[in-house]
Amino acid sequence: MVLHLFYFLVFPGLLFAGIVGGLLSWFDRKVTAWVQFRRGPVLMQPFYDVMKLLLVKETIVPARGSVITFLAAPVAGLFGASVSAVLILLPAFGISAGFRGDIIVIFYLLTIPSLSWAIGALASANPLAAVGASREIKLLIGFELTLLLIFAAVILKSGMTISLYEIIALQQENRVLAGSLSGILLFVAMIFCVQAKMGMVPFDIAEAETELSEGAFIEFSGPPYALIKITKYIMLFVLTALVAVLLLGGLPVDGISLLWSLLKILSVALLLVLIRNTNPRVKIGQAMRFFFIWMNGLVIIAIILSYFGL
Amino acid sequence: MKKSLWLFHFGGASCNNCDIEILACLNPRFDVERFGMLLVGSPRHADVILVNGSINKKGKERLVEVYHQAAKPCLVVAIGACGCTGGIFAEGDTFAGPVDNIIPVDAYIPGCPPKPEAILAGLAKLVEAKFGKKKIPSPDHTKKIDENEIVENEIVTNEKVTLKK
Ligand code: SF4
Repeated sequence: MVLHLFYFLVFPGLLFAGIVGGLLSWFDRKVTAWVQFRRGPVLMQPFYDVMKLLLVKETIVPARGSVITFLAAPVAGLFGASVSAVLILLPAFGISAGFRGDIIVIFYLLTIPSLSWAIGALASANPLAAVGASREIKLLIGFELTLLLIFAAVILKSGMTISLYEIIALQQENRVLAGSLSGILLFVAMIFCVQAKMGMVPFDIAEAETELSEGAFIEFSGPPYALIKITKYIMLFVLTALVAVLLLGGLPVDGISLLWSLLKILSVALLLVLIRNTNPRVKIGQAMRFFFIWMNGLVIIAIILSYFGL
Repeated sequence: MKKSLWLFHFGGASCNNCDIEILACLNPRFDVERFGMLLVGSPRHADVILVNGSINKKGKERLVEVYHQAAKPCLVVAIGACGCTGGIFAEGDTFAGPVDNIIPVDAYIPGCPPKPEAILAGLAKLVEAKFGKKKIPSPDHTKKIDENEIVENEIVTNEKVTLKK
């Protein structure tokens, strides 16, 4: 019990994933700054932001709308993100073997943050937040099927095992899944899914700063918004780790391979940031079409290819 | 809070020049993000409200509403001659007073329009005055304002704030 609490709260759950995610989010902002030829924020910036929101600012609750749902939503999101962090990172670091079928649980846990933000936004009775929430849900419908297909393809490629630990072990024995033609297609589709899940720029339709003024998050202030920020940091780390685990052969931490793991995480994050910085925001219909037709098609081709052992 | 000020831009009835200069602050050339400042779209996330332009009778209601919507503690910076005093609009029919007649202002950045450098310097001075070691007295804004109008609304709602006539 104590061990599980430790897993959830400290390592690799809330605290560890939050800190690493914060550093990754600094990396994101710094690279963005470099792309635009400016200096960018200092290393501790994400933590300053969270501390300010957590300790200094007041919490405003909506006058109309449901206060309890509004305040519970960020907590639920944070919970979903930390549990998925535990389930993904424990096998990834080779600490515990997880359980059979954890990959399916992870799939559901990863939708909790988006879903709870949408619920929280709808509870705030703000029209802009409602538009943001409805876009968030639409986007979810769009990319979730692709993500499911990717999971299915990964399971197929690793010989019908549904345990994350075995998938990693298999990749470490043979070669990484992204090392084949179908694996490369899966990697491309996965990157776009992560982009959409993080709400990064080509798919930041739900929090469109310019027209919806942060959409779903418009009413959150102070500590609840800090929780949302932490959830975002954790999600950033967890999703890049997920890409590394499913397709790039896990994140072993012993000896020199620690360096490789770090490199994997950073290069996936770099790819995400560069896509984010070189693309305009798409419309919701375009995003849906992109995922439904192109990405699903890509993944299905990958599944067929992997059926023939490519 | 000192190291992560999020800015919210309130444009009054300005001639639009100050708006452009504020946006120039945010672009790569001047880069406020290196000070941890960030432009946010919702007053709920704001730590600093940048007010520019003259405030007319319609705009006054909006300004008070935005001020109430912002999560406290929240600073206000008046930008440009219009924001500080009314500038060339001061004698207009619809003019409803410079910003500090409506909400408490923590810093003034004069100029018509102030250069982006001046805005950055102003913000840096604001941080210094509010959180730094050296105490710079902040402007005395208590005399003209009807305090009840500002203070009473502790829990800010998304109700519309009605102004006393
Ligand atoms: S201060 Fe000058 S530049 Fe700024 S809004 Fe007023 S008239 Fe325009």
